[in-house]
Amino acid sequence: MATPQTPLRRTPLYDEHVALGGRIVPFAGWEMPVQYKGVTEEHRAVREAAGIFDVCHMGELVLTGDYAADVVNYLITNDARRLIDGQALYTVACNQGGTILDDLIVYRISQTKWLIVCNASNRDKMSAHFRAAAENHCEFEDASDRTALIALQGPKAMSILALAGGDGPALAELPTFHFRDATLANVPCTVARTGYTGEDGVEIFCPNDGAAQLFRSLVALGKPLGLEPAGLGARDTLRLEARLSLYGNEIDETTNPLEAGLGWVVKLGKDDFVGKAALERFKAAGLSRKLVGFEMTGRGIARHGYPLLDSAGTKVGICTSGSPGPTVGKNVGLGYLPTPMAEIGKPFIVDCRGRSIEAVVVKTPFYKRSS
Amino acid sequence: MSDVRSDRRYTKDHEWAKEDGNVVLIGITAFAVDQLGDITLVNIDVKPGDVLTAGKAFGTIESVKTLSDLFAPISGKVARVNTELDMKPELVNDDCFDKAWMIAIEPSDKSELGGLLDPDAYTELLKTAAH
Repeated sequence: MATPQTPLRRTPLYDEHVALGGRIVPFAGWEMPVQYKGVTEEHRAVREAAGIFDVCHMGELVLTGDYAADVVNYLITNDARRLIDGQALYTVACNQGGTILDDLIVYRISQTKWLIVCNASNRDKMSAHFRAAAENHCEFEDASDRTALIALQGPKAMSILALAGGDGPALAELPTFHFRDATLANVPCTVARTGYTGEDGVEIFCPNDGAAQLFRSLVALGKPLGLEPAGLGARDTLRLEARLSLYGNEIDETTNPLEAGLGWVVKLGKDDFVGKAALERFKAAGLSRKLVGFEMTGRGIARHGYPLLDSAGTKVGICTSGSPGPTVGKNVGLGYLPTPMAEIGKPFIVDCRGRSIEAVVVKTPFYKRSS
Repeated sequence: MSDVRSDRRYTKDHEWAKEDGNVVLIGITAFAVDQLGDITLVNIDVKPGDVLTAGKAFGTIESVKTLSDLFAPISGKVARVNTELDMKPELVNDDCFDKAWMIAIEPSDKSELGGLLDPDAYTELLKTAAH
C-alpha cells in the first residue's frame, strides 16, 4: 500500500536552527535539528552548563470542565487525583490490553482544566483517544498547533532563567514537577520544572508567535554561561544515560508498563481505568521479561533492534536503545531480557550485526546527577 | 565545504583510495566524518591476505549516533590493516586523510582506481550532497 507523502512540518524555531548551523532531519513528521556542533559537545554542555532544545513538535491536549479530571484519570495509569493545582505527573496511557499507547505528562492547571503533553509521533492517536473519551463529558482541544515548547536543561538552567527578567528569578523556587505562569524575555509563558535529560531544568510552553523571541533571548543569555543549543541526538544520549524511556524504543503497544520498569506509574488501587484489568492479570501472572540497563564489556555498541543472546547463542531478548554514553564513558544500552536473566551482574551477549559482543546487566540510571 | 585532497580518488559512499607504492590505502573522507560526528568505534572485518571485491563491506564505523558500513572501493588482496584504530577511533576525527587510513589493498586490477571519482567529480558530488 502506498503511503501518501505528507509534507514535513516546521516548528516556529526552524529559522533559529538554520541560523545556528543545526543539521535538519525528518523526525515524526517534522523537520528537526539532530545536532548543531556535535552530539558529544551538546551532551556535555547539558551535563556541565545548559542546553536548549526545540520540543515544539510534542502534542498538547487540553481538557476542560467539571468531569475533565475523571476523563483524564480514566485514561492514565497513574493517579491524577494526587495532584494539586500547578502540579504535574509522569504517566503512561494503556489500551484495554494493558500495553502502552503513549507516555505522557499530565498537568493539573485547576480541578477543571488539565493539560496533557504527548509524543509527537503519537499526537494523532492520542488526540483521537482523548477526544473520544471526552465526548459528552468535557471540552477537548488539541492545542498542539498553537503551542510552542522549549526545554532548557542543565545545572545552569535556573541561573539563565534568572537573567531573563520578569518572573525569571522567582522560578528557582518552583519545585520539581510543578509549573506556573510566568513572563520571560517579555513573552507570556508557562514554566514547568520538568525535563528529559536527567538534569535540573524546565520546559517552557508559550504561544507560537513568542517562541523565536524567547528562544533567541535564552540562547543569548545562556551563551556566556556555557549554554549550547542541543538537538535530537544529544536529547537521545542524555535520556538514555538517565534511563528515561523513549516511545517506539523501550515502550510501545507491544510492551506493558510493568515489564518496562514503569510499575511506579501504575496505580492499581485507584478507580477503574483503561487497561486496569489486563495489568492486574500481568501482575498476578508474574513478568516473563524485564527491561534492563546494560554495559558492553566487549568491544561493541548495541543499537536499537539488535538481538540479545544467552550464553548458548540463542536469541532471548532485544535491545531497545544503545549508544556510547558520553558522560558515563561506556557503551550502554537498554533491552528486554527473560526475567531469570534480568539480574544485576548477569552476563549475556549482544548480537552486533553478527558479532557476538559481551555485555552485563547493570544498575540504572547509568547517570544520576549529584544534588 | 569539506576538504578534498587532490592526491587520491573517491567513491560516492565517501571513501578515498590513494596509491602508496604497490598498495592502495583506503579511508573515509572529511565529509563522511562530518556527517558521522564523534567516531567511537572502527571495526575492520578483514585481515591481511583476505580477498576483497569492490563494493563489498570490509568493516563498520560507529559514531555516538549511528553505524555505517565501510565499502571496498576496489578489488584486491588486503595487505595491511590499521590496527591503531582499534584503540584510537578518534584518529578518524583528527586525521581522516592520513593517519586514519583503514586498510591497504594490493589491487587485482589497477584500472579500477581510474574508474573512481577524481577530486573534481567528488567536489561536485559534495555540492549536491550539501543540499
